[in-house]
Amino acid sequence: MSTTTAGAPPAAVPPAARVETPFRRFVSEFAASRLALFGLVLFCIIVLVAVLAPWIAPQNPYDLAQLDIMDGRLEPGSVGGSGITYWLGTDDQGRDMLSGIMYGLRISLTVGAGSAILACLVGASLGMLAAYAGGRTDSLIMRLVDLQLSFPAILAALMILAFLGKGILNVVIALVVVEWAYYARTVRGSALVERRREYIEAAQCLALPTHRIIFRHLLPNCLPPLIVVGTMQVARAIALEATLSFLGLGVPITEPSLGLLIANGYEYMLSGKYWISFYPGIALLVTIVSINLVGDQLRDVLNPRLKK
Amino acid sequence: MTVFLLRRLLQAAGVVLVMSLLVFLGVYAIGDPIEILISPEADQIERERAIKALGLDLPLWQQYLVFLGNALRGDLGRSFVFNEPALRLILDRMPATLELAIGATLAALIIGLPLGLYAGLRPSSPVSKGILAGSILGFSLPTFWVGLMLIMVFAVQLGWLPSTGRGETVTILGMRWSFLTRDGLAHMLMPALNLSLFKISLVIRLTRAGVRETMLMDYVKFARAKGLSPARITFIHVFKNILIPVVTVVGLEFGGTIAFSVVTESVFAWPGMGKLIIDSINVLDRPVMVAYLMIIVLMFITINLLVDITYSLLDPRVRLEGKS
Repeated sequence: MSTTTAGAPPAAVPPAARVETPFRRFVSEFAASRLALFGLVLFCIIVLVAVLAPWIAPQNPYDLAQLDIMDGRLEPGSVGGSGITYWLGTDDQGRDMLSGIMYGLRISLTVGAGSAILACLVGASLGMLAAYAGGRTDSLIMRLVDLQLSFPAILAALMILAFLGKGILNVVIALVVVEWAYYARTVRGSALVERRREYIEAAQCLALPTHRIIFRHLLPNCLPPLIVVGTMQVARAIALEATLSFLGLGVPITEPSLGLLIANGYEYMLSGKYWISFYPGIALLVTIVSINLVGDQLRDVLNPRLKK
Repeated sequence: MTVFLLRRLLQAAGVVLVMSLLVFLGVYAIGDPIEILISPEADQIERERAIKALGLDLPLWQQYLVFLGNALRGDLGRSFVFNEPALRLILDRMPATLELAIGATLAALIIGLPLGLYAGLRPSSPVSKGILAGSILGFSLPTFWVGLMLIMVFAVQLGWLPSTGRGETVTILGMRWSFLTRDGLAHMLMPALNLSLFKISLVIRLTRAGVRETMLMDYVKFARAKGLSPARITFIHVFKNILIPVVTVVGLEFGGTIAFSVVTESVFAWPGMGKLIIDSINVLDRPVMVAYLMIIVLMFITINLLVDITYSLLDPRVRLEGKS
């Protein structure tokens, strides 16, 4: 895939990332995969739908005045008593599934992105600390990372939620606890390599303060792998949240995410009313696929080992 | 090798100790232990007696030692709901989970390895692109939702497979197994496939990535220059090297599979440990939660240990590094 950039330097990104060229090269390499571009566009549309849900959804699914229990469990495409068409059917409360999904997306994306950002902050700081401090601090943090990673995320999250109880904030806490280690490991790995480079040595010779070296010199050069991990972790967080909510341990019933919508349709599915579970699942799937497509291409573009 | 083994065993014991402390603190410090360990229906006198009996009037560090001592003797408390020792309750359900996880692991290797090898050797062929796209889908598909859809299609609409439960079982060595009866296998097919979905994708991608990176290595070029047959290069020089990460991940993932079976078991009402723990969390049957957690921790540490040992057998560098 890198045949178009035959003249480009092989592995290292030049330290002065401010220059236009590396960024342009990155964009053109990313756009080389149409699938990834498609994923990016899809993801932007999903975010837009989620953000604009209150304005574009046909119904506010949590405004009880707008719901009509007589419209409960209608098939997709049927017209309700008040004259609106339920394109994706309704659930047992007579809620329009399309609107429910749009609002559910908001919760799923918020939880996913929020936990990823928090976990990234915590993980990247600890990873950087481990790499820079070295010695006992390093081995303590890395032991913690090993311990965390050897334990499956779903179980750790399950246990945390079992002790903390339901709630959006608790779900975010659980997700941060199970995900920070990925960021820490990634940042430490690249920081250990970068800190031996000449430019760091030069910065140290200039007697720049440590925080400046870390934040202005070391961190920007550790970003590429962090971005890849971050992208993938957002998708993972969204899926994990949906799973936890499906099991009844995630978000509360008053703020249903996509996972809870799916769980809600479980009992009706056995009687053939598939749409209550089916469409939220499709929305969840499309969201995760679009993020993974972007993340996959990012990894290929940003991985120097594949450039030969 | 003996030194390496001893070091790893010691480390494992340390981790068990740390995890038991975390579990202990999780149950005893975060929640109110009296509320957790004594049934809410108990009256005042029963409560007092129970507090004395459970040693909850002792200082925390002493309680931890008692907890540890009991745990070592295999006593992890009694379930409120079933009024049975929590440990036995879980061990009773373990075979169901194990057979599901083993089925899923086998499915992942049988399906994933050949596909991944093909995709890695011919990265630009359309079939490989299809395999890769499929694996991305496998990663992205929410497992529980796929399970629901499987039930909808194969159980509700087509009626080919039973939707829930374990079916007929055969008792061997005092444990009940499903995979030896036709009915049991039919019940197992959908949950096992559902559980392996993620692993199939994982194996495909690991194998593919491994093959692609290994093919660029100098020793492969050298083997080619020596005139070795492509089959020999593929299966001896490349395959053996990529087997290390695959073995590690599949081994480590076996624990993950057992953990993730909580989801599959809930969807398919498969009566294993996972279903038990979800039910226990929902009714706050904490002794069962604690026992489950301790068993899982022990299982994970054992798996990690086994993987490490296998790893050191496959790659001498690991062993040597431990010595220096």
